Amino acid sequence: MSTANPSGTSPETGPTTGPILTASHLTRHYEIGGGAFKKPAVVRALNGASFTLTPGRTLAVVGESGCGKSTLARVVTMIEPPTEGELSIGGKLIGPEGASRDRDLRSMVQIVFQDPYGSLNPRQTIGATLMEPLKLNRPEVKAEEREARAREMLELVGLRPEHFERYPHMFSGGQRQRVAVARALMLDPKILVLDEPVSALDLSIQSQILNLLVDLQDRLGLAYLFISHDLSVVRHLADDVMVMYLGRPVEQGPKEDVFAHPRHPYTRSLLSATPVADPRRKRNRIKLEGELPSPLAAPPGCPFNPRCWKATAECREAFPPYEGGVHSYACYHPLDADETMEALADAP
Amino acid sequence: MADASSQIARTVATAPPGPFREFWSSFKENRGAVIGLVIFASFLLIAIAAPLLAPYTPNAQFRDHLLQPPVWEAGGSWQFPLGTDPLGRDMLSRLLYGARFSFLIGLVVVGIASFFGVVIGVLAGFAPRWGDTLIMRVMDIVLSFPSLLLALVLVAILGPSLINAMIAISIVLQPHFVRLTRAAVLSERGRDYVTAARVAGAGPIRIMFRTVLPNCLGPIIVQAALSFSTAVLDAAALGFLGMGAQPPTPEWGTMLAEAREFILRAWWVVTFPGLCILVTVLAINLMGDGLRDALDPKLKRS
Repeated sequence: MSTANPSGTSPETGPTTGPILTASHLTRHYEIGGGAFKKPAVVRALNGASFTLTPGRTLAVVGESGCGKSTLARVVTMIEPPTEGELSIGGKLIGPEGASRDRDLRSMVQIVFQDPYGSLNPRQTIGATLMEPLKLNRPEVKAEEREARAREMLELVGLRPEHFERYPHMFSGGQRQRVAVARALMLDPKILVLDEPVSALDLSIQSQILNLLVDLQDRLGLAYLFISHDLSVVRHLADDVMVMYLGRPVEQGPKEDVFAHPRHPYTRSLLSATPVADPRRKRNRIKLEGELPSPLAAPPGCPFNPRCWKATAECREAFPPYEGGVHSYACYHPLDADETMEALADAP
Repeated sequence: MADASSQIARTVATAPPGPFREFWSSFKENRGAVIGLVIFASFLLIAIAAPLLAPYTPNAQFRDHLLQPPVWEAGGSWQFPLGTDPLGRDMLSRLLYGARFSFLIGLVVVGIASFFGVVIGVLAGFAPRWGDTLIMRVMDIVLSFPSLLLALVLVAILGPSLINAMIAISIVLQPHFVRLTRAAVLSERGRDYVTAARVAGAGPIRIMFRTVLPNCLGPIIVQAALSFSTAVLDAAALGFLGMGAQPPTPEWGTMLAEAREFILRAWWVVTFPGLCILVTVLAINLMGDGLRDALDPKLKRS
C-alpha cells in the first residue's frame, strides 16, 4: 500500500483537523427545453447546499429520488461548475466561473458511481482502467511503476492479480464495484464521492463493499461524501447526515442527533419509512400525501409545504432560515423532543 | 466486434473466452453468413492471385476468335473456357482481373466513407446543439438525393474515371456512417464510464476517440460490410453508364456496358460479368447480415 497512497498522512490528518472541503450555498440550475422562440425552463436541481467534509469522516446525503443528491455529487466532483456558491477544496476556490480542473484538484476528489455495469469501460481491461488516471495525470510515472501500483490497488480492494487482464463483463457486480473503488483511489484522493455505491448490489455484496469502504477510510484517512437513499446503510456508515428535499438541504447534523431527534417533518417521515426487521415493534409510520413536486415548478416557500402536516401560511411564503448550530434545520415549525419520541421508538 | 480494436486483439490470447471467440460462435450459427464469408474470401483470393490464375492478360486480343462462345456451346474451345468478347479478349481472364477492381473499389470507398463518416459522426455526437444540427442537416441534404444520381452528377463535375467514381460513391455513402456513428455516440456518451474518464482527466479528443468510439464500433462494422456491396454495385452502375472505369479496364460494370450491343448475339459477354456482380454483392450482404446479428442483436436495420 505504501506507494499507492501516502498512508502515513492519515494519523496526522485525523478527524481532529479542519475540513478539507467547504461548500457554501452551492447551487446548480439546469436550463431545459427552450428553442428559438421559447424561453427555457429552469430546474433548480441543487439549491444552497452548505457543508464541510473532514478527513476520516463521512457525510451522508439522504433524500428521495430527484432531490438533487446526484447533482451535488457532480458539482463536488467538478464535473459541472456550480451555478452559484463556492466550493473550496484543500484551500483552492471553485466558483461559478468553473473550475480550472487542474491535476491537483482532480487528484483530490474522485467518484464512485452507482451502477457498476455502466461505470467501467467494456472495452478496457481492468488493468487499463486502473492505469488510465495515472497515465493522464502523472505522465512522469513510468509504465512499469504504473502497472505495479495498479496491481497493488487491485490487492487493496480485495481482487486477485489475475483479474488485471480481464474485461469488465467477466465480473460480478460486487467485483466491478471494487474495481470502481480501486480506480477512484489510483490518484490518492483525499475526498471520495460515493454516489449510491451499493444500491445496485445484492444485500450480501452490499455489506462487503461497505466494509471495504470503512476499512479504506480508516487506512487512508479519506473524507467520504456518501450519497444514499438507504437509511440503514447511512446509519451504518455515516458520521454526519444531510437530508435533502427538492434540491434543498432541510436538515443536517451529526448522525445520532438527526436519527434520534429529527427536527424537520420531512426527516421524520423519511425515518419512519425505514423498514424495521422486527414484527413486534410498534411502527408509527407517517405516510406522506401526494407526489414529490416537479423540480420545474417547485412550490414557493418551503418546498415541503404541500405534503407537510404542519404547514401554515408562513411556510408557503418564504424558505425558512436555517436554525440550530451543529444540528441545523430549515423549518418554521420544528418538531419538539416529545413529538420526536415516536420517531425514536422506530429508531434502534 | 473485438477484432476491430487492436488493443483487445493483443490481449485476447490471455483472456479466457475472449470477446472475439464469443462473436465467432454466434456468427457461425448463421449458415448464410458463413457461406457469404466463404464466397467473399474466395473472391478476395482470386483478386489477389489473378495474374497466376488468368490464362491471358486481360487486354490481350485474339483477332481470330471474336465472340467465341464458352466451351460447352457449339464452337467453344478450352482455349477460352468462358468465351471471348467482341475484341477477342478472354472473358475468364478479364473477369478474374475484374475482381481486383471490385475489391479495390470496395476497400477504397468504404475506407474513405467510413473514416470521414465516423470522424464527422463523433464530432456531431459531441458538438453543441447548433453544431450537431448543422452537420446533420447537411447530411440530410446529401441523403435526400437519389444516391446514384448524386454520384452521376459528382462524376460529371469531376470527370469520368475510376478514381472520381470512387470519390463520388464515398461522398454518397458517407452520411450513413455519420448518422450511425452519431446515434451510437449519443447513446454511449451519457454512460458513467465516460464521466469516469472525464473525472480521471481525459481530454475531449481522448474521450471521443479512445473512450467512446471503440464502444460504438459494432454497428459501424456492419454498415461498412454492407456499404462494401453498395460500393461494388454503384461502381458497376457508373461503369455501365460510362462514368466509372474507362475501357479497356476490365471492370465488371464497364464490361457490361461494352457488351451491351451484343446482348442478343452473344449472351455470355453480358451474363458472366453480371453474374459476378450478383454473386459478390449477395455474398457480402449475407455476410453483413450475419455480422449484424452477431455483433448487435438489437440493431435491426440501420
